[in-house]
Amino acid sequence: MNPASTDPASTDPGAPVIELDGLRREFVVRSGRGLRRSRRVVAAVDGITATVRAGESVGYIGANGAGKSTTIKMLTGILVPTSGRVRTCGFEPVPQRTQLARRIGVVFGQRSQLWWDLPLRDSFDILAAIHRIPADRARPRIDQLVEGLELGALLATPVRQLSLGERMRGEVAAALVHRPALLVLDEPTIGLDMISKERLRQFLVAERAEQGTTLLLTTHDMSDIERLCDRVLVVDHGRIAYDGSLEGLGERVAMERVLVVDLAEPRPPLELSSARHERSELDGARQRFAFAPDRTTAAQVLAEIAGQAEIRDLRITEPAIEDIVRTLYTGR
Amino acid sequence: MADPTARVITREAAPELSGWTAFRLLIASRVRAQLTYRANFVINFAGAFVLGLVEFSEIYILLHNTPLLGGLDLLQAALVFALANVGFALADLVVGQVDAIPQHVRMGTLESFLTRPMPLLLQLVTADFQLRRLGRAVFALLVLVVVLVLLRPEPTAATVYLLIATPLWGATIYAGLFVLAGGIQFFIIEGTEFTNAFVYGAGYAGQLPGSVLIAPLRVAFTFVFPATVTAYLPALVILGLPGPGFLPQWLGWCGPLFALTTGLLAALGWRLGVRHYTGAGG
Repeated sequence: MNPASTDPASTDPGAPVIELDGLRREFVVRSGRGLRRSRRVVAAVDGITATVRAGESVGYIGANGAGKSTTIKMLTGILVPTSGRVRTCGFEPVPQRTQLARRIGVVFGQRSQLWWDLPLRDSFDILAAIHRIPADRARPRIDQLVEGLELGALLATPVRQLSLGERMRGEVAAALVHRPALLVLDEPTIGLDMISKERLRQFLVAERAEQGTTLLLTTHDMSDIERLCDRVLVVDHGRIAYDGSLEGLGERVAMERVLVVDLAEPRPPLELSSARHERSELDGARQRFAFAPDRTTAAQVLAEIAGQAEIRDLRITEPAIEDIVRTLYTGR
Repeated sequence: MADPTARVITREAAPELSGWTAFRLLIASRVRAQLTYRANFVINFAGAFVLGLVEFSEIYILLHNTPLLGGLDLLQAALVFALANVGFALADLVVGQVDAIPQHVRMGTLESFLTRPMPLLLQLVTADFQLRRLGRAVFALLVLVVVLVLLRPEPTAATVYLLIATPLWGATIYAGLFVLAGGIQFFIIEGTEFTNAFVYGAGYAGQLPGSVLIAPLRVAFTFVFPATVTAYLPALVILGLPGPGFLPQWLGWCGPLFALTTGLLAALGWRLGVRHYTGAGG
């Protein structure tokens, strides 16, 4: 037999890596007590159809409980769909779990894949062995990941002693030891500081450029999507609410950032041409201005405010996924 | 071979490791981690040893006050205790960790296991392999040696075979019960007490002379949870004693048969449990 036949998902650009067709997953929710107990069937994923092709980088976003994690569990072989079809790297995830596991790398931001009491280095060696990669082939790859994620100084440290940012870099390296065709990151930047987030993003950009890894990413941080993804899937109540480019999403919803300024003294709402006054707090000593980053910059808005009042402090907030989803239906 | 491209292909396809390499590495890493804290390990090991001692003293005290327990004297009962305990301790060492399934479900580690190309059971076993559990096996082996020295059974081929094979079949039977209980835990996450009851119940029943159990229990702990097969029945063969009601002595030779059926039941229960967890129904 042709060796390629054991490897149905070649990494040819354009080959489907994830195929979801009418994917649905129900859960039984029991509530109440005693005689009043009731049983209710809830669809966490309610008919999702989408295809992700090799080399794509897809951001999968939605509010908490929208169905993101359930979808990820179905396409990584943890959960069976109630109905519909899912294929990942050409495999049926649950029945062909072990074959699939050798083609994908998964990072769950909220839980560790590493052995907490072992030095980071040992975790990598064990994972290579679990993927049946001989040491002489695993070594150069591990070295490459250690360098790319700046883990060199941490290799001898037991995982339990790593900071969250350090551990997360370790998790990403662990998921990539076997050069998976598909990397699934579930909230990889949750709880990380700005520098750790940025390091991780830089690495992922470089890694994808070099290996052509397909990426599926869930996140609450729109900057992750901006930096890493060329396509966005928005899921809401178990259905796909948007599928397209980030720019396209920006045209349909309010991707506004908000500049919060504390003024030296209370002022009536300031009138700006570059931003919209959202609301005032503390009798006008704190004011919130929404602006579209594609039309103006924070510096411009700031300059305009500074021309009218003395600024004591400021803060910029990112658009919340929940707001994006909400405005998808109502428009800007 | 003459085709030069063929050689390139064979070189690129470097030989894959077998699944055992990962398993060995994992076990080695667990053992190393436990031996790092030497004092801790010694205390835990001694704890397991003492636990065996306490359980044995129960039988010792009983037989110190009455001449016979279920037709066996102290030495004979100690033989049953030792054979059953070596088997149970070995099973506990290898697969005792599966009773931690509810914790793995709650902490989400089980999901991580499912995304690795290694059988789930092997990952569970290696996740918390506890070398200290050897303490109990060591105590049981010690009792076995003392009993054999004092009892001096005729060293026939049958006796030698039964003395060596019984703990191994016993370990297989108890391991099967552990895994079966693990499979059931996927259905009743809050039911560890229930599954522990029949696993540890079987372990306890196995170390007693089967004749002391009332008839229904005696049958249940032979034909449902084959505890008496792990020590009592083979001991009857070694000692040349007749079996009590419902348990003919020749059942002492049936270790492999009971090990096989328990193993099959365990495999089935485990598969159903994992299928239930992934939601395939079962």
